[in-house]
Amino acid sequence: MEHYAVAIAVTAGIYALMALGMNVIWGMAGLINLGLVGFFAVGAYVSGLLALRFGTPIPIAMAAGAAAASAFGVAVALITVRLRGDYLAIVTLGFAETLRIVMSNELWIANGTDGLSGIPGPLRGALPPHLFNLFYLGLVVAAVIVLFFLVDRLAHAPFGRVLRAIRDDEQIAQVAGKNVVLFKVKAFGFGTAALGLAGAFYGHFTSYIAPDLFAPLLTLYIKLSLLAGGLGNTMGAVLGAVLVVFFLESTRFVVPLIGGITAVQGAALRELMISVVLLVILRFYAKGLMPERLEHPALPDKATAPAQA
Amino acid sequence: MDILQLILNGLMAGTILAVPAIGLTAMFAVLRFTNFALASHMTIGAFAGFIANVSLGWPVAAALLAAFIIAGAVGVATDELILKPFRASGFITTAIGSIALTIALENCVRFAFGNELRGYDLPIRRDWTWGGLHVGPQQVENLLIAVIAMSLLFAFLSFTRTGKAMRAVADNPMLAAIKGVNADMVARLSSFVGMGLAGLGGMLIGLDTTIDPLIGFKTILSIFAAAVVGGLGSLPGAVVGALVVGVGEELSLLVLSPAYRSAVGFLAILVVLTLRPRGILGARAY
Repeated sequence: MEHYAVAIAVTAGIYALMALGMNVIWGMAGLINLGLVGFFAVGAYVSGLLALRFGTPIPIAMAAGAAAASAFGVAVALITVRLRGDYLAIVTLGFAETLRIVMSNELWIANGTDGLSGIPGPLRGALPPHLFNLFYLGLVVAAVIVLFFLVDRLAHAPFGRVLRAIRDDEQIAQVAGKNVVLFKVKAFGFGTAALGLAGAFYGHFTSYIAPDLFAPLLTLYIKLSLLAGGLGNTMGAVLGAVLVVFFLESTRFVVPLIGGITAVQGAALRELMISVVLLVILRFYAKGLMPERLEHPALPDKATAPAQA
Repeated sequence: MDILQLILNGLMAGTILAVPAIGLTAMFAVLRFTNFALASHMTIGAFAGFIANVSLGWPVAAALLAAFIIAGAVGVATDELILKPFRASGFITTAIGSIALTIALENCVRFAFGNELRGYDLPIRRDWTWGGLHVGPQQVENLLIAVIAMSLLFAFLSFTRTGKAMRAVADNPMLAAIKGVNADMVARLSSFVGMGLAGLGGMLIGLDTTIDPLIGFKTILSIFAAAVVGGLGSLPGAVVGALVVGVGEELSLLVLSPAYRSAVGFLAILVVLTLRPRGILGARAY
């Protein structure tokens, strides 16, 4: 049970990393990313492959994973950022699906659907399993704290203010002389780096990754985390991720209580519950349960600009 | 493999792909958002047709009509109850809402039917051979049905008052409102027709292969590719785009394994967005 609790806490930390990344992309810059799971997978695969095949030290491999995810993010953003948001939505979704197809079929990269096993974890052999989990939890929490302060700093820096200006009214930001395209690409690149880092943490923790693990449902989990925490609210992103992991895990216990359904039906019911909760929050609390506070004292409490997000 | 055979297969696959692609682009033109819930409505149509065809023993043509009507009705209901309120709070909310909706509906189907592959009740017939080219009679029937459905839609849009009202709203909602067009009615109608076509397309694709709850999600990339290549919002564009994507996916078999079929669609999206974002026949993309 303790083992389980620690593993859940690590998952929550990894979700928090992703939620922080998405907070920059969605919450601050108002950009959509429906292929979150694709960038997560890039981080996991690049970092895992480097450590496994080339014996790269794990910290360097993880940094490379984050960098690779960011490179894909920048490329995707460069292609679509000048167009209507619908195109970014389509391309990000397509990116994640295509990546899944490629990783399933190119056996030489990472064994296709069989997945990549035996990914080393830091000190995995040196520590007994329960200590390794605790140690890893410490690493993840440290990463969350560092990223939290980075994102929080960013939110209050001129960079973050420009992003929010772009989110609320792109034309005004442009009139103010801001290079909107550049800011959007940077925000997307930063956010996808965090997603890649989260993926790297995931791979080195579970030691096994396979294309099927990177299903679109994960994208919904992180959206749900952000909404639960409040869009654009850095602290909320972390809290939301923790809440969502608890919620997801509790559905695991609730569903078996319903008698007379098969395993497939149980899984379907869980996914149904999760998507319905997301729909309800999105419908009634579109800005999240703990909305971003306006830090400008002179402005009235209600946002004056019609929010795009 | 014979290139002519591949092109023929591609044209046939493209014609079928055009059905849901038209649905997507029609909803985009009128409602101004990309409805990712299209995937689950294809699944719903495919399974509605399955019930009609296999459980109730209806002929395929009647089952296809059932697929259209059920998917269309579900489309109107979900749009009215779930997606419509999202449109007021902006594009990202709507897009995420439609993704969540598609996963919810897909899992309703999964709950009822499970993950097994299922097939329709079809007579086994020998392929027709003509000058070295092979064509299945079922494929030809599907092709004809797709062509008839699209012709009916274009006739409806060109010759009826309601159809003209839909085009008016797509072209200029404000002007249409001034002329007294009921925007709500037009929105509902385009949801019905768009999702109905998605359901019809889902069953047509299923007739060629098998169906499972993921049938919509597996083909959605090709459909988006068709709509984007042709120009999002342009109905003739969706047809042209679907043919291009269909032929492209078949020709890719010359160099790639069949698993990459939908990756080809994604590649087409990237190429078009880089070189000509508004697509072949679209108006604008920003």
